[in-house]
Amino acid sequence: MTLSSLHAISQAQAPGLPRRAGLGLKHEHFLEVLETSPDIGFFEVHAENYMVAGGPFHHYLGLIREQYPLSLHGVGLSIGGEHPLDREHLARLATLIDRYQPQSFSEHLAWSSHGPVFLNDLLPLAYDSATLQRVCEHIDQVQSTLKRPMLLENPSTYLQFQRSTLDETDFISEIIRRTGCGLLLDVNNVYVSCINHQRDPLAYIDALPLQAVGEIHLAGFAEDTDSLGDRLLIDDHGAPIDNAVWQLYEKVLAHVGSVATLIERDNQVPAFGALLAEAQQAEWHLSQVTP
Amino acid sequence: MSLHDEFAEALLAPDLACPDGLFSSNGADPASRFVVYRNNVHSALINALATAYPVTLQLVGEEFFRAMAGLFVQACPPTSPLISEYGSAFAAFIQDFEPAASVPYLADVARLERLRVRAYHAADTQPLEQQAVLQALQGQSALGKLRLQLHPSLATLNSTYAVVAIWAAHQLEGGLATLNPWHAQGALVMRQGLKVQVFAIDHGSATFIDSLAHGTPLEIAVEQALEVSVEFDLHQCLTLLISHNAITHLYPEQKVSP
Repeated sequence: MTLSSLHAISQAQAPGLPRRAGLGLKHEHFLEVLETSPDIGFFEVHAENYMVAGGPFHHYLGLIREQYPLSLHGVGLSIGGEHPLDREHLARLATLIDRYQPQSFSEHLAWSSHGPVFLNDLLPLAYDSATLQRVCEHIDQVQSTLKRPMLLENPSTYLQFQRSTLDETDFISEIIRRTGCGLLLDVNNVYVSCINHQRDPLAYIDALPLQAVGEIHLAGFAEDTDSLGDRLLIDDHGAPIDNAVWQLYEKVLAHVGSVATLIERDNQVPAFGALLAEAQQAEWHLSQVTP
Repeated sequence: MSLHDEFAEALLAPDLACPDGLFSSNGADPASRFVVYRNNVHSALINALATAYPVTLQLVGEEFFRAMAGLFVQACPPTSPLISEYGSAFAAFIQDFEPAASVPYLADVARLERLRVRAYHAADTQPLEQQAVLQALQGQSALGKLRLQLHPSLATLNSTYAVVAIWAAHQLEGGLATLNPWHAQGALVMRQGLKVQVFAIDHGSATFIDSLAHGTPLEIAVEQALEVSVEFDLHQCLTLLISHNAITHLYPEQKVSP
């Protein structure tokens, strides 16, 4: 067994996030969470939203953290970027981790910064050996700076690059093998990308190193069409989870056993009760599999 | 140009063609898919501005605001992943934005809204007890030499328009009927506890508070306020600051060693 595969397994099995359903914490719901103490396995926040000096965001997150496990999810580190990682940003992440002691830190297989510009979206990568090398170096830097393994999230994409020489699943598998990071398996992203690129979602999942899965994400998508009139799914986190994604989730759980599962909703945020109902649905699925 | 140079440039400029080297596995025109990324980038940033500038949006309407914000995004894309800081140049952009010239106070309302966002996320600092401030002020032998430290969330704005009245009218249903925007007004923005407060202040008070914020001793700050307005009311201005817990520290005169 290599050191890195040991890392991967320890990440997936570490006493990190509970094997329960969690919710993305929205500022609209701070008070309701504190007043009703809902039975939720954990909360997840976007790290960048809390990179502020003070005020209500830190006040409420501090109180909620006292009651719940926390997953810190980065959306701005640009791990796939062509340039070196932003050391200041990495330092801000280290400060947040120190302050809130989250059970998990995760980021995306994507790029979002280029030179001085932050593009505020999770942009796609060409899967070639140069990109692989760069992404692995960046993940090594993150893990050594934060002194903990991270989870890497599989992307949702709308296009492919002619210069890619590896399948996305091979690319992800190799990153996990080389860096020892864990996998944040976003089942909605799998579904969105597989519909958009005419792949079989189950074959995609089978091709991933599932022993490294430390968390699952579920979310809703929007639907559009491309120039041929074919379905083009857009990962917008703005709708309830689609039935097709619930079905895929059930099959994933049959493969990997129960894993911490987050319900993500970032746009058209509904009443807290609607998110809680989706979390309860995920908990029901979790209860149907052996741990 | 690198792959990401081309991709980033085409994302920000709606008139540029989709970069080369992209394909769709079903053979669809890659441009019809690249547009998803371009829309995501633009709409997320425009939405962030719409959230941070709600009254600015109401003053010009959703369609106008989104078009103006879209041009701002192209001219000034974010330079940091901290989106709560995005838009600090938006008011200056609005100031020079010719199509908005018919709403001359729009840029100042945007400045006020930026101060509110800054105050919301500003550092937490424990204010002095009101009683302690009053006792210290009364007990000072050299009151004029006293320096006040103000809460990090606190900021002022001077406007030739009734910027606070305009902003406040949009916090209530149907509050616009009696509004007269055509007189000068200053604003004091600060966070008290968890709540961001906005007060209308006169030019003298804004000058006084700015002087204090720069570490100017009380006596000189009063002189500077009176220079801009003979009507400056020290008692009223200090009462406003003390009663809203704006003072976090008092520094008596530095004794010079003999």
